[in-house]
Amino acid sequence: MSQRFKDIDYIGVVLWLFRTAIVVVVLWGTISKLFLEQGNAYTTIDWIDFLIAGLSQGSLYALIALGYTLVYGVLFMINFAHGEFFMSGTMTATIFVALPLSSSGFLDANPILGMLIIIIVAMLVSVGVALLTERVAYRPLRRAPRLVPLITAIGASFFWQYFFRGLYGSTLIPFPELQVLVGKWTVFGIEILKTRAVVMVASVIMLIGLYIFIMRTKTGTAIRAVAEDKDIAALMGIDVDRTISITFATGAAMAGAAGILYGMVFRQVHFFMGFVPGIKAFTAAVLGGIGSIPGAALGGLFLGLIEAVGPPLFLEGLGIPGAHQLKDVIAFTMLVLVLIFRPQGIVGERLAEKKA
Amino acid sequence: MALLEVNDIHTYYGNIHALKGISLTVEKGEIVSLIGGNGAGKTTTLRTISGLITPRSGGVAFDGADISQYRAHQLVSKGIAMVPEGRGVFARLSVTENLNMGAYHRNDKDGIAEDLEKVFQIFPRLKERRTQVAGTLSGGEQQMLATGRALMSRPDLLLMDEPSMGLAPVLVEATFETIETINKEGTTILLVEQNAHMALQVADRGYVLQTGEIVLSNTAKELQRDPTVQKAYLGIE
Ligand SMILES: Nc1ncnc2c1ncn2[C@@H]1O[C@H](COP(=O)(O)OP(=O)(O)OP(=O)(O)O)[C@@H](O)[C@H]1O
Ligand SMILES: [Mg+2]
Repeated sequence: MSQRFKDIDYIGVVLWLFRTAIVVVVLWGTISKLFLEQGNAYTTIDWIDFLIAGLSQGSLYALIALGYTLVYGVLFMINFAHGEFFMSGTMTATIFVALPLSSSGFLDANPILGMLIIIIVAMLVSVGVALLTERVAYRPLRRAPRLVPLITAIGASFFWQYFFRGLYGSTLIPFPELQVLVGKWTVFGIEILKTRAVVMVASVIMLIGLYIFIMRTKTGTAIRAVAEDKDIAALMGIDVDRTISITFATGAAMAGAAGILYGMVFRQVHFFMGFVPGIKAFTAAVLGGIGSIPGAALGGLFLGLIEAVGPPLFLEGLGIPGAHQLKDVIAFTMLVLVLIFRPQGIVGERLAEKKA
Repeated sequence: MALLEVNDIHTYYGNIHALKGISLTVEKGEIVSLIGGNGAGKTTTLRTISGLITPRSGGVAFDGADISQYRAHQLVSKGIAMVPEGRGVFARLSVTENLNMGAYHRNDKDGIAEDLEKVFQIFPRLKERRTQVAGTLSGGEQQMLATGRALMSRPDLLLMDEPSMGLAPVLVEATFETIETINKEGTTILLVEQNAHMALQVADRGYVLQTGEIVLSNTAKELQRDPTVQKAYLGIE
């Protein structure tokens, strides 16, 4: 008994020291950057730029993170193939719609209609891939131990990566540039890249749309009911399998749309493009509290911000060279820290304990 | 023709033979009670009828048609609703959302609104709390919600699994009164209860279940007088 108490205390102290060390390092880096460093400092405009870049990237993470969170909500499963849903729609729509529309001049003549068509095609393909994956790979495992679908998801992820690599090749494919989105807008005296502004506005609209769908519609309520208890939901007349399919489809549609926005910003797509954004978005979902929709949105924005502002702020302040290349390190460090210190994320429940 | 006819069903959980040939009937308009001790198979019987589990053999006929192979969500629109054991309200949904889920298969907006008012009339407490999240309701209120939610599907047959469980005596009384009211308004009820005293008082007929088998069946009045029932379930020596 006393031995046990000692163990808990000991771990608690170590964690506490660890936590304090992180805070000290971050503060130290920040202070030395902002107040001690001479020359080479960023201007206010630079900081605003970092912020906007972070929010824009973060809203993409948020859109993708929703897919993880929705599926986790109903199946308590982390769908590691979600990044591939994102990639499949984006690549297909880029190759078969965006590039032809661009070279024919249609895209620049009708940018809004053109982008809408591209986004809709991307969403449809992503949804198709998601529904197929769910039906073939996940549904038969509904009653299997939780580790089994997790491994299957990783397998599905590889399958789709190499399927689309075989289909479209492994070269980088350029995403067409929209003439109307070249350059910057000035909003309240702040210059902002047009693509970033469009990404943010589009993301916010989709996030709100999704929130209304989940919270206000009958189907959305059914998704929440299925997330709570599948048997009881079935007793209400809810077709649980169909509702789970709809959940996958919803997440995949958001990912497909996010993929096109991603293409717009980074101007290239390839078969491996789902991997890093997928893992980042997963991090965002865990950060916000997996299973929670507002959590996914907050987690995405927060991760985007930290990634953009963290390197120039505290990493450079610590004298680390090439700090900007370390933004992925920040993301994954955050994932580990959240899992250690706050597994329930910003607003959610505990990852490990949720399915009680 | 009986509204519900369960014919020699055998239900398994893996290797566990939970129902060993259950047969029972419920006539239209009746209240039928199913009593029995812990683990007798009462819940399993209701889960089999409602389609949550498929029996390995035997038949379930509802309104003359075999439903034993249907799944739960397909049976709601046929007229079967269940108030599950332990209430099973959706804790994170509001009271109104829970009730609306009960009417999930329906598309008649006006009818749904009408039934919502009816439920609020039977359970005024639910009306006061309609925007509250169900998880924060008291046990008694959750029982009302589970019952109201089942009524929202306009069932012909209502399956109730221990509605009085864990309620204070006053609320137990109220619960059984509600059951009688619902029945008088035309809903047939198959009631599972450990509170055999009350269950037999409101029921027309009853079945006694023991380790997966029906050991007794009779009118409720006769069962109340039966010495084995008195001894085992009514606490009368
Ligand atoms: N999910 C399950 N897996 C395995 N066995 C089960 C399962 N559910 C019930 N059983 C077993 O089936 C038998 C019947 O259980 P059931 O829940 O139907 O009893 P009950 O009469 O409702 O009991 P109680 O009054 O305690 O609710 C029991 O022996 C129980 O252990
Ligand atoms: Mg039971």
